[in-house]
Formats: sequence, structure tokens, C-alpha cells
Amino acid sequence: MLPSIWFLLWGLLWAVYFMLDGFDLGLGILNPFVAKTEGDRRIVYNAVGPFWDGNEVWLIAAGGVTFAAFPTTYAILFSSLYSALMLVLFGLIVRGVAFEFRGKVDSPGWRRLWDAALFVGSFLPAFLLGVAFANIFAGIPIDEKGIYQGTLFTLLNPYGLLGGLLFLMLFLVHGALWLAHKTDGDLQQRAGATAKALWWILAAVAVAFLVATWYATRLYVNYLKNPLLFSIPIILIPVLTVGALFATRYFAGKAQWGKAWISSAVTIVSTTFFGVAGLYPNLLPSSLNPTYSLTIYNSSSSPLTLKIMLTVALIFVPTVIGYQSWTYRLFHPKITQEDLAYDEAY
Amino acid sequence: MDTLLLSRLQFAAATIFHFLFVPLTLGLSILIAVMETKYVRTGDEEYKRMAKFWGKIFLINFAVGVVTGITLEFQFGTNWSRYSQYVGDIFGSLLAIEATAAFFLESTFLAVWALGWNRLSAKAHAVTIWLVAFASNLSAIWILIANSWMQHPVGFTLRNGRAELTDFLAVVTQPFAWHTIFHTLVGAYILSGMVVLGISAYHLLRKQHVSFFSRSFRTAAVFTFIFSVAAVVQGHAHGAEVAKVQPAKLAAMESLWETTQRAPQYLFLVPNEKEETNRLELGKLPGVLSLLAYHDMNATVKGLKDFPKEDRPPVTISFLAFRIMVGLGFLFLALGSWAFWKRKNPVDHPLMLKVLLLAIPLPYLALEAGWTLAEVGRQPWVVYGVMKTSDAVSPIAATQVGISLAAFVIVYSLLGLIAFYLMIQHARRGPQEEEASA
Repeated sequence: MLPSIWFLLWGLLWAVYFMLDGFDLGLGILNPFVAKTEGDRRIVYNAVGPFWDGNEVWLIAAGGVTFAAFPTTYAILFSSLYSALMLVLFGLIVRGVAFEFRGKVDSPGWRRLWDAALFVGSFLPAFLLGVAFANIFAGIPIDEKGIYQGTLFTLLNPYGLLGGLLFLMLFLVHGALWLAHKTDGDLQQRAGATAKALWWILAAVAVAFLVATWYATRLYVNYLKNPLLFSIPIILIPVLTVGALFATRYFAGKAQWGKAWISSAVTIVSTTFFGVAGLYPNLLPSSLNPTYSLTIYNSSSSPLTLKIMLTVALIFVPTVIGYQSWTYRLFHPKITQEDLAYDEAY
Repeated sequence: MDTLLLSRLQFAAATIFHFLFVPLTLGLSILIAVMETKYVRTGDEEYKRMAKFWGKIFLINFAVGVVTGITLEFQFGTNWSRYSQYVGDIFGSLLAIEATAAFFLESTFLAVWALGWNRLSAKAHAVTIWLVAFASNLSAIWILIANSWMQHPVGFTLRNGRAELTDFLAVVTQPFAWHTIFHTLVGAYILSGMVVLGISAYHLLRKQHVSFFSRSFRTAAVFTFIFSVAAVVQGHAHGAEVAKVQPAKLAAMESLWETTQRAPQYLFLVPNEKEETNRLELGKLPGVLSLLAYHDMNATVKGLKDFPKEDRPPVTISFLAFRIMVGLGFLFLALGSWAFWKRKNPVDHPLMLKVLLLAIPLPYLALEAGWTLAEVGRQPWVVYGVMKTSDAVSPIAATQVGISLAAFVIVYSLLGLIAFYLMIQHARRGPQEEEASA
């Protein structure tokens, strides 16, 4: 029971991370395309300024919980994905300091340097986390000792790349909607138009991914094998994922950007759950032999650790959600000139 | 080079670099909170300008600390997968608690503090910096509990081919952890105080912003003085704890080869690791090492030769790191006392100001030396007495670790140069007028 609860929480933490960091990573990639002037670019930075760091902590929490609840999976997954994860980390490093460094020297060349760092540093995590999760869904070549029998390029298979593209499109739409929600005038027009245009690509990629999942993974087979899980996808996939995806387009069409953004957030969370739930009880399937797979049974922590961590999670995760929601409300209004003139602004 | 050596170098580089930025956040957050509280109490705008000026240095420093911290958490999995598998039940949970209970709080409220001056009442705003200070210190406490478990593992049993938790309270409350916590925090507070003293000294020497930096100086002088006294007292207690639980580390940091009753302390010695002896021993103080380690001049101190060769830590590095840390610790006590003594009118003491300005890098050196001793002195163990470092490394190709190590060195060097350049530039420019109006 405890390992199953932790499986759910594990999926939840990653889903929340994608939902929150998704929009600032997406905007980091979109920045050079939607922002025409220096003023626009500063609006983009300040639209995510109060949030990006708190969002990124969800990655630390998701990584930490993988370590605490499923140490064997953490060890084998992270060492197997070595080069890909290093690229994600270097990406996050340069995008993180880009926020802090960019405004500190008054020179166009300096700002261009950090805009480039923001772009690369947002693109790498967005794309590679998609590649990583698609490979987790499909399974990776780990042997009976948990040693990875592949390279970085093994991960860049067609299904992995499609997963990367899916995450990229999800985050781009998510980011564009956030910018439309936080701005007025021309920039809002451009951000909204971008979101609507990209939505069609996202929809096409999502359909392709769902079809490819049939061929590349055992997710659907697993759903059909487990009657309990079978009821989850019936509700989850069509109603939530597809419904939220259409709701995103619907609200964007009516220029209700906040609602469109929330729909897009639901799309990201339910897409993550679609994949994660289909893995159960696996955490990391082996593509060499199903018996080598890491499951919640052969890779979880001791019952005592799981119990202590559950107590910690039940206290602190709701607390964190509480105060982070408060900060979203505190910085709710649209970005104004006054915000940009502010001394500590990005 | 093999995966083990490359992974050790990479982890050392990443930790040393990360720890250039962490200590300042631990103490400076408290100093800023004190300044802002004075602003709320007195309504004096200069305190607000102080909080903002020092806050900018904090923010640059914090950004680099955050991004380099994530890579450490992930490296346990990428480079030390056998370690993670073996001890994740205990070590992993401590890291996860740190993130959920402390780091979220710090990151979220730091953004509120930096960008929320106009959105919150003065009182509520001051609360946010106290939350940041509390959370950053709490975060350090959890990380140090995790490190202390590697130094002195307790509350576990070997079961199912790994270390499993049996007593969480023992892990969290063990004396070794709390010695380490106080020792590290006290060191971080000295560093923070000395950075504020040094930067204030720079401006006071030039007689600019005299009121602003005299006030900053005074706050930091009291802070530095208190914690430099605490460091000496507590440092001794911490050393005695190390003597008790890590005798091999004690023998290495003192370069004591033979098991000796009434072991002496030498004022000066040069270790000779190859010959298993000391090249030079000057200024013998009989019985003093026994006294310091076990509070008994006649106590027996175990020498390195009584540990199997493969279980001894590197002696020269441990020995030198220990001397540097302790020597500088006493220097900080002297400097802290000097600053405290002249805190009312520091601008009239240019010699002291010059010394304090030049001393800024020293606490960084002392803190890095202390951690070098802690980590190198623990070798060859990754978990003392339980798991060797050589058994902890991931079964991965050396080439990819070589590439990532090179990338770390390049990216971190550039990052460090830029961060310190920006902090120095901001420090030299001094408080800006718009900071008063914003």
C-alpha cells in the first residue's frame, strides 16, 4: 500500500513540476520570437520573475522524493541518463543565472548573451525531460544488474524524440498563454496569436504521440491488464487530457487567457499521469527483459522511511502549495511600466 | 583516469564551488533581517537602504548557490549510484525533507522579498526576510544532518543488501550532527560578518556614505565578534567529538603516527607520508594533544600506524587543512574583537579598515579548508566504517564523466568570475539614490 501511495505522489510531484516550470521554460524559448523590443523582453523576464525559482524547487523535490522513496530507481535511472541529465542541469544553471545577471550590466551585447543563455537553458530541459519521460514509458536497456547498456543516442530514438517534441509544444503553448495573461496591447496580441497557432502543432504532436505510444510502449497493454487502472484512463485520457486540450483552444479563442492557461496546466498534469499511471507498478521498465524492470516493489525504501516521508509530504506539500498560491495572487496583476521601473526588477 | 577518480574530482569541484556561495546566504540573510527590522521599528529610511544594498549582494550570491545546488543533489544519482542505492533509505529522505520543508520556503519568499517592497506592508515585508533567513539555515541543518550521517552513521541496520533506517530520531539528534551544524553555521556567520565589515571598510576608508557604512559596520562587528568567540569554544568541542568517533581523522589531522600516551602537540611540524613519520617537529607541548582530544593529559591517542594502511585518510591534506582552519579561526577572533572594540567610530581607524578589507577572502579559505578536512579526513570511507568511496561510484563510462567534469570546470569558472565581478561592482558602487525612493 505504502509503495503505491508513493508511486502516486511521485507522479504528482513530477506533474506539478512540469505544470509550473513548464510555462517559464516555454517563455524562455519563446522570448526571442515574441519580444520585439527591449521593453518587451523585460516584460517577458518580469512575467516569470517572481515565480521561476519557486517553480524549479519542484524539480529538486521530485528528484529528492525519487531518491527517498525509490532509491534504486533514482540510482539506476539517473546514472543511465547521465549525459542527458547533465545537459538538463547545465541548461538550468545558465537559465537561472540569466535572470539575475542580465540586468546588472547596461550593454546590449551583455543582454543578448543572457537572452541566448535563457533560450538554450530553457530549451534543453524542456526537450530532454520529454525525451527522458518518453524513454521511461517505453523502457530503457538495463540489464539484470541495473547497468545501462546504451548511450545518450539510444535515448534519441524516434519515440523519445517525439516525447521531447510533445513536452516542447506543451511548454511553448503554456508559456505563450502565461504571457498573454500577464500583458496588454501588442505583446498580448502576439503572445495570444502564438499560443493559438502553436496549439494546432501541439494537437497534431499529441495525436502522433498517443498513436506511437501504442507501438512503442506497453502502457495501453498495461491499462487493459489492470481492471482498476482501466477505469482511470477511461476518465483520464479522453475527459481530462483531450478535454483540457480543447478547453485550452476554446478559452484562447475567446481571449480568456487565465482560463486557457489553467486548461493548459490541466493538460500537462493529465498527460504526465497518463504516462505514469500506465507504468504502474513499474517505475523504470527494462527494454531488454521485463524481469529486469524496476518496480515499486523491488526498488522502494523501507516501510519506516516511506511512513516518515509520507508524514513529511502530507504536512509540507499542502503548505507549499498554500504559500506558493499566495505568491501567485500577490503578483497577480498584469506587468506594468511601474513594475519595470522597480529597482529590483529583472 | 577512471570513473572513480573523475567522479571524485567532479564532486569535489562542484561542492567547493557551491560552498563559495552558500555561507554568505546563511549569515547575510540574518543581518539583512536585523537591518530591516530596525527600519520597521524606527522608520529610519537608511536602514531600508541598507537592507536593499546588502540584499542585492545576497541575490546574486543566492542565484549561483541555487543553480549549483541542484547539480549536487542529482550527482548522487548520476555519479554515485551504488552509494544512492545502498544508503538512499536514510540519506535520500534527508535530502527530500530539506527540499520540501526548507528550500521551497527560502526560494518562494526570497522572490516575494526582492519584488514585493510595494506590495506588502513594511511589517509583512520584514517577515518575508526573516522567513528567508530561517529557511536558509533550516536547509543547511538538514544537509548537515545528512553529511553527519556519512561521517558517523547511526540509527540504521544492514538489511536487504543495504542500510535501512531503524531510528530516525537517532539520525536527527546525534551529537556529531549538532556539533557539525553549529560549527558550520558559526563559520558561515563569521564569513558573512567579515564580508560586511570588509565592504564597509572599503567605503569608510574613502570617507563615502559614512553614516550608512558605519551603521552596517557596527551591526556586522557585533555579529562577527560573538560568533568568532563561539567558533573557538565550539570548535574545540567539535574536535573532541571527532576524536571520539573518527580516530583515524584525528590522527591524520595531527599527523600522529605512533599510538602515544600523553600525546604532545607540536607548534610546527612537517608530515612525511611516505616514511610514515614527521620530517620536522618543533615546539613540543607535552600532553596537550591528549588534553585537547580527551580532556586528560595522560590519555592515549591512537596513531596512524595502528590503522590498516588502506583505512588511513590522506595525511598531508588533512593536516594542512586543519592548521589553516584553526589558524584563521584565531585570526578572526582577533579581527572580530578589534572591529567590536572600535565599532562606534570605525572611520577613525584606517589601519583596521585596511586589514578588514584585505581579510575578505580569508573566511572563504577557512571554510573551504574545514570542509576539505571533513571530507578528505573521512576517506577511504564514503560512509565511515560502512561503505568505501571506491564501492560507491556508478558503473558508467569514464569518458562521459570526463566530458562533464571539463564542462563543470569551464562553466563554473565563468560563472564564478561573473558572479564575483558583479558583486564587487555593486559593492564598490555603494548604495544608490533610487534605492531610497523605491
